[in-house]
Amino acid sequence: MELNSSIPSGPLADKWTTHKAEIKLVNPANKRKYTVLVVGSGLAGASAAATLAELGYNVKCYCFQDSPRRAHSIAAQGGINAAKNYQNDGDSVHRLFYDTIKGGDFRAREANVHRLAEISVHIIDQCVAQGVPFAREYGGLLANRSFGGAQVSRTFYARGQTGQQLLLGAYQALEKEIKKGGVTMFPRTEMLDVVLVDGHAKGIVVRNLVTGAVDTHMGDAVLLCTGGYGNVFYLSTNAKGSNVTATWRAHRRGAAFANPCYTQIHPTCIPQSGEYQSKLTLMSESLRNDGRVWVPRRAEDVGKRPDEIADADRDYFLERKYPSYGNLSPRDIASRAAKEVCDEGRGVGPGGLGVYLDFRDSIRRSGEKTIAERYGNLFDMYQRITDENPYKVPMRIYPAVHYTMGGLWVDYNLMSNVPGLFVLGEANFSDHGANRLGASALMQGLADGYFVIPYTLGHYLAGRAPVGAGAAESPSARAAQADVEARTGKLLSIRGRRTVQSFHRELGRIMWDKCGMARDRAGLEWAIGRIGELRAEFWENVTVPGSGGELNQSLENAGRVADFLELGELMCRDALHREESCGGHFRVEYQEAGEAKRNDDAFAYVAAWEWKGEGQVQALHKEPLVYENIQLQTRSYK
Amino acid sequence: MGGSSGRTLNLTLNVWRQAGPGSAGGFKTYQAKGISTDASFLEMLDVVNEELAAKGEEPIAFDHDCREGICGSCGMLINGTAHGPWKMTTTCQLHMRAFRDGETITIEPWRASAFPVVKDLVVDRSAFDRIISAGGYVSIATGNAPDGNALPIPKVDADAAMDAAECIGCGACVAACPNASASLFTSAKVSHLGKLPQGQPERYRRALRMVAQMDLEHFGGCSLHGECMEACPKGISIDHIMQMNRDYVAASWKGEPIAKAGGAG
Ligand SMILES: Cc1cc2nc3c(=O)[nH]c(=O)nc-3n(C[C@H](O)[C@H](O)[C@H](O)COP(=O)(O)OP(=O)(O)OC[C@H]3O[C@@H](n4cnc5c(N)ncnc54)[C@H](O)[C@@H]3O)c2cc1C
Ligand code: FES
Repeated sequence: MELNSSIPSGPLADKWTTHKAEIKLVNPANKRKYTVLVVGSGLAGASAAATLAELGYNVKCYCFQDSPRRAHSIAAQGGINAAKNYQNDGDSVHRLFYDTIKGGDFRAREANVHRLAEISVHIIDQCVAQGVPFAREYGGLLANRSFGGAQVSRTFYARGQTGQQLLLGAYQALEKEIKKGGVTMFPRTEMLDVVLVDGHAKGIVVRNLVTGAVDTHMGDAVLLCTGGYGNVFYLSTNAKGSNVTATWRAHRRGAAFANPCYTQIHPTCIPQSGEYQSKLTLMSESLRNDGRVWVPRRAEDVGKRPDEIADADRDYFLERKYPSYGNLSPRDIASRAAKEVCDEGRGVGPGGLGVYLDFRDSIRRSGEKTIAERYGNLFDMYQRITDENPYKVPMRIYPAVHYTMGGLWVDYNLMSNVPGLFVLGEANFSDHGANRLGASALMQGLADGYFVIPYTLGHYLAGRAPVGAGAAESPSARAAQADVEARTGKLLSIRGRRTVQSFHRELGRIMWDKCGMARDRAGLEWAIGRIGELRAEFWENVTVPGSGGELNQSLENAGRVADFLELGELMCRDALHREESCGGHFRVEYQEAGEAKRNDDAFAYVAAWEWKGEGQVQALHKEPLVYENIQLQTRSYK
Repeated sequence: MGGSSGRTLNLTLNVWRQAGPGSAGGFKTYQAKGISTDASFLEMLDVVNEELAAKGEEPIAFDHDCREGICGSCGMLINGTAHGPWKMTTTCQLHMRAFRDGETITIEPWRASAFPVVKDLVVDRSAFDRIISAGGYVSIATGNAPDGNALPIPKVDADAAMDAAECIGCGACVAACPNASASLFTSAKVSHLGKLPQGQPERYRRALRMVAQMDLEHFGGCSLHGECMEACPKGISIDHIMQMNRDYVAASWKGEPIAKAGGAG
């Protein structure tokens, strides 16, 4: 397998501009002859589909929800970064680039991240022009807030619903193109395989989730914009439907899966309350602008009411350990610090799995009204879930799985190692290294969809003959469709005794315990074995009621959990092979005074895994990370 | 302290089951036992569904995704009320402490001819997408935008636009309306874009087209009952409907070319 990152030559700051000027273009009259299959309608998919249709391509767009507006991006709360420097506080493209590389613990590609920082400013312009109602100051100009891992204020937001507003902007652009006929939308449709013709991605196999009909759609390129795979942990902040199936199926057809073990555990989520728990709810990182994180200084005090604990008896551990970033230290660091104090027996709430996020001081300073304006909807949500009033009692929070930095390997053009198969947004691995900074996923999804793919897709398509009408009858297309039908039939025919949920819950527990916030060799080796057994049991003992010819949510879940059962093992293998700690990947054996200890000599590379067939272990390929413009350093937020 | 109250409930559920769009539906009774008061309404249904699945019976189908009250997927009539008893709360955010031990709960899909039932509690709300498609956007292609701060927008206007833009498109307004009107949904978008300078060039045309599409989709007319606002989990105000009506009337005076409404963005 060849991994050519296709990074353009020349100075870092000129690469993208030069590349855009040099890559091939598709003649406007020819664009409509090309069909582009966009799987996903989140920020990445909706922005790509709308923009490609505006350019004249014939676009088909797919999502499993009943409407493209409901993609998981809708749930993003806190904000989106951009190097506008409207605050005049020293921000610049270079600083955003550097913060992002450093935040990712020096495990991302320089050239991609620099491009992201350059494009960030255009995203804000585009969204404002679409009517996204960003927060504003009294003077009428755009407001900003701070997010972790940065010392400038560069995050744009729309109350606590930034993802919703950005997605609605992209969705409306998509609907505009649907009306014009440039995009055909397929909601309630799930992609279950990729079709390769002569090694190029030329189609997808989809199942209509209402009728159960399985079909093959052919096109000239396939864009996977299908989001992250955090739900492999069962409990995460992701929407319930978020899954790995699209990218996993592509992996099984030859696309390399990069850095699967890089998982982001977000420090501020509402702790689990019981066995019935179906998901975890994020409390936006923006709350750490005004909330102070603490636990009792002494373990004996954990049972006391928080207001009974005097200031001197509180340990504001982030402020203590990281004085210059304090409560705004990056997520991986804040999460580990919270785990550490809980492990010491100083955690609060049920099971001792919680720390306080306290707004007392900011309410005293700025007033309850101001705090309500900033975070009202989050406070209400917290109260509905926990029955506690965070204006009066500090929130209890605990880390939870939130985002996956790993994903399909892509080159600078966002193309995977399978020609014609592009991967955008959270589904690819490209920009966040081993840890993502807050407010940068929205930025990346929209950068990929609005501003990168419209150029790089043309470069791939230019000069290629459009796929013919009979392509769906090609042997590989028929074989892929037959595989999908056989698998669906198999899932329905097992009729065992254990529910899909129960398998998913057990897998999640294994992943959280052994491949979560802290990982070690023995635990990972055990997990690999146990996941294999669980997978074998799944294929013998799962029960999937109902039939394939109707809306069948159990069947949908079963297919997704089956893929998670394969992915989970690969994540553990990746975590096992990476004998260092970096960002969100913390190997207990590799630490220095409790901080992650990287090994740049041995591990400054992207781990890209190649599928080797059923029952085989994937093969590891390495893309070395070359830093020409920055020096690798030990990350310090002290 | 909440969040650890540890109380549980035994409930009787009367749930609408319907195999498919064409089939006749009917209520079926289920027992939900030992449900924690800290569970959400959908988690309660998960428990019932897992028991059904374990017995090889088909679980109750319902739409859901984010379970955070923002995607607009979930929605059902709970004892006749859209999204159930809590104000400003979606079904997924409703928690079981809202119910009493021993209570019987009736659960039905949204009832509106513009929202045909797909299965059990799942309905087809694609009419909402077509209303947005008719004009609920600013026609700006990617790459054409001026600087984000080129046009200051008074904070009050931006905030008012945001109030309208918070709509999650769940359809509770339609389900709650005696006429099954989509006026609250449609007006929220007309009003969101109409309050911003970016939305001005297409303001009247937008109102005309979206209202025309709403009528085409067989939603009922609005007689300002206000039930929609009561049911709305985001508290969208019926003032937006007045605004939409004003824009619609103004558009008609301006002689917007209604006949040519289809097609051009
Ligand atoms: C609670 C929460 C809050 C967040 N807050 C922030 C924030 O403040 N700032 C920030 O920068 N980031 C935030 N993030 C991260 C960010 O929201 C996501 O990373 C980002 O939105 C992902 O966008 P996407 O377009 O890649 O994928 P998604 O929005 O997940 O969209 C995936 C799409 O793919 C479709 N799909 C998936 N599989 C298939 C299939 N097999 N067939 C057909 N369709 C399929 C889905 O239907 C959907 O349309 C947050 C995440 C969470 C969970
Ligand atoms: S599931 Fe998203 S709003 Fe309820």
